[in-house]
Amino acid sequence: MLKSLQIEPEKCTGCLQCELACSYHHEGVFNPSKSRIKVFTFHHEGRFAPYTCTQCAEAWCLHTCPVEAITVNLTTGAKEVAVEQCVGCKVCTIACPFGTINYQVETGKVAKCDLCGGDPECAKACPTSAITYVDAEQTGYQRMRAHAAQSIKSL
Amino acid sequence: MAWTGNVLRVNLTERTCSKEPLNKDWALSYLGQRGLATKYLTEEIDPKIDALSPDNKLIMATGPLTGTPASTAGRYSVITKSPLTGTVACSNSGGFIGMEFKNAGWDMIIFEGKASSPVYLYLENEKAQLLPADEIWGQSVWQADEWLHNRHQDPLLRIAAVGRSAEQGCLFSGIINDLHRTAGRSGVGTVMASKNLKAVAVRGTRGVGNIKDPVAFMQAVNAGKKVLAEGPVTAEGLPTYGTQVLMNVINEVGAMPTRNFKDVQFEGAAKISAEAMHEPRPSDGKPNLVTNAACFGCTIACGRISTIAGGHFTITNKPQYRGASGGLEYEAAWALGSDTGVDDLDALTYVNFLCNEDGMDPISLGSTIAAAMELYESGAITIEQTGGIELKFGSAEALVKLTELTAKGEGFGREIGLGSKRLCEKYGRPELSMTVKGQEFPAYDPRGIQGMGLAYATSNRGACHLRGYTVSSEIMGLPEKTDPLITDGKAALVKAFQDATAAVDSAGLCVFSTFSWTMADIAPQIAAACDGDWTVDSLLETGERIWNLERKFNLDAGLTGADDNLPERLLKEAAKTGPAKGKVNDLAKMLPEYYQLRGWTADGIPKAETLSRLSV
Ligand code: SF4
Ligand code: SF4
Repeated sequence: MLKSLQIEPEKCTGCLQCELACSYHHEGVFNPSKSRIKVFTFHHEGRFAPYTCTQCAEAWCLHTCPVEAITVNLTTGAKEVAVEQCVGCKVCTIACPFGTINYQVETGKVAKCDLCGGDPECAKACPTSAITYVDAEQTGYQRMRAHAAQSIKSL
Repeated sequence: MAWTGNVLRVNLTERTCSKEPLNKDWALSYLGQRGLATKYLTEEIDPKIDALSPDNKLIMATGPLTGTPASTAGRYSVITKSPLTGTVACSNSGGFIGMEFKNAGWDMIIFEGKASSPVYLYLENEKAQLLPADEIWGQSVWQADEWLHNRHQDPLLRIAAVGRSAEQGCLFSGIINDLHRTAGRSGVGTVMASKNLKAVAVRGTRGVGNIKDPVAFMQAVNAGKKVLAEGPVTAEGLPTYGTQVLMNVINEVGAMPTRNFKDVQFEGAAKISAEAMHEPRPSDGKPNLVTNAACFGCTIACGRISTIAGGHFTITNKPQYRGASGGLEYEAAWALGSDTGVDDLDALTYVNFLCNEDGMDPISLGSTIAAAMELYESGAITIEQTGGIELKFGSAEALVKLTELTAKGEGFGREIGLGSKRLCEKYGRPELSMTVKGQEFPAYDPRGIQGMGLAYATSNRGACHLRGYTVSSEIMGLPEKTDPLITDGKAALVKAFQDATAAVDSAGLCVFSTFSWTMADIAPQIAAACDGDWTVDSLLETGERIWNLERKFNLDAGLTGADDNLPERLLKEAAKTGPAKGKVNDLAKMLPEYYQLRGWTADGIPKAETLSRLSV
């Protein structure tokens, strides 16, 4: 079964534990500025929105990379950057419509979410279940259920 | 390890920023944040100096766990000498800036001297610069925050700033970070403004590493998170209702100070409670509360984000207050609400916004306005003196108007900015000031919660609930239930809470974690992260060492055991209603035993053997 990250921003409290877990897994340090999942705060709306790569089926970053440094992990479906191959040209960062692949000055390469090889740390760290890792074909079910609950009220 | 080992010293007079190594020996004895910075302060300043003179220093300090994934470890404290109390001041704040200091590579920043014109500190990792702040001097924290973000074109910049109240010398101004988190008490913001330092803007990208045993640390951290996620207060009460979960509870036990402590129960409590914040309101069908919010790394997420009802009189023609922002916590709702007799939730939310926008401690503000209301109603202040404001208990209009004036240091607001003690002395009725050592009381009436009377009287920063929160035991039964109406055993209880809290505050953790965590949950996290031998016992001893060091500072500053006292009202005027009806606080029954347990003389002076046992 292919799985996807399911993000429910309405549950998020903005604590950044997901960012810490991500940076620790990938970089070995607790450093939100190196996280591949980012939580955005909309203070005046009172909202927090975690955001990361959705692993597009037709991934623009992958197609656009001139040195074929981005490949598909066939087990997880993640589009992964082969760091040895990346030349840091940043074309992928322009191609991605969502901005979820970014350049790192220190390494001169790009970095993106790779689903931690199939056991995403952000989902494990999140205390509110705003991030879960679920069947890729069912990421809408939570919301469907909520609407279904609404509709039975009028029965 | 876990400390970065770097201290930034900023000399505002000379306009220099220099890096120096952290004193490791002190770190091993005082842990970090509150304890360690107090050690620096006591070594570097004469406790007798004028708190608002350039001789005072102001330290922003993180704990060794700040910035790590230990739950609630996003905190930092501001340590200085208080202009409100003349004691040591240590005010703790959450949000995100503590973690950012750590990510920039600093354990603490020591500010000394005074700049000749307004400046702010810009900190980007190693790079530290003092830059002119003339354009934001005279502006609110929110305006300064926006200006700094624009100026540096960096949305991730974390900012702590002082508001107009501090610039104008209000004695209970705090330092606001991340727009609505505050190092709130004892006038630490007033000290910052007295140095012509408007703001600190920091961006750290280096990360927090330096963990002694990462595997053991992550195990201890995850075990700790689990305990918080399962404890009733930290998993349900605080996320759902915030600290406001206490409003109805404390009112029922008859410990809700009302109208400047004339009463102990507030008839309007339900209208300004957590439950009321969840109720859809008539104007727009939405509740006051938009969401809960966490500080950095926190599993609990007690923070409130609120809006004011459209059409409410407070926001007519003021579009800047129509969005969501930091909402009411229990202390603010109590001080601005029951203590002034005001039960208008929207008015309180607006006043709370102003406290965040211009950096006023809502506890001291509400309590001082409450004292002013009693002065007014008893004829000690006239309507000419208030500038036409009818300062009656229960008047939301008066509360709002006075807050607006205090925020800017205008009109009668300047007098409110003196704090309750100086205000009541000025108008000839010192007995109406509900303060200890010049600091206003928080939201628990010590006639209905006896232990809190002792905790207030002996707190090293004047009346305060966060130095020894025996409410936890006396009301909530955590970790064990004690009877709030009796004094037996309270001396030991207060001491135990004071010592444990000093250690928690020095680690970088939030004291609310202790609604579920015991020291046995905390010690393994510190031990795995830091050099040194950190056990439950060594942490409690560290807490006791910190307590005695703070006490010594205060005694050297000229305070005496006679300052460990409560206002007459709480010792002589019995509670009129509720379970504590007929009771006063029996401080005299608890204080001698407390001194004895502390190893202090009958006059409250630490004995030589106590200080040497603790190596203070
Ligand atoms: S860990 Fe969960 S609650 Fe915390 S910021 Fe990330 S998504 Fe939001
Ligand atoms: S419990 Fe509340 S105050 Fe403490 S760190 Fe968490 S959100 Fe912040």
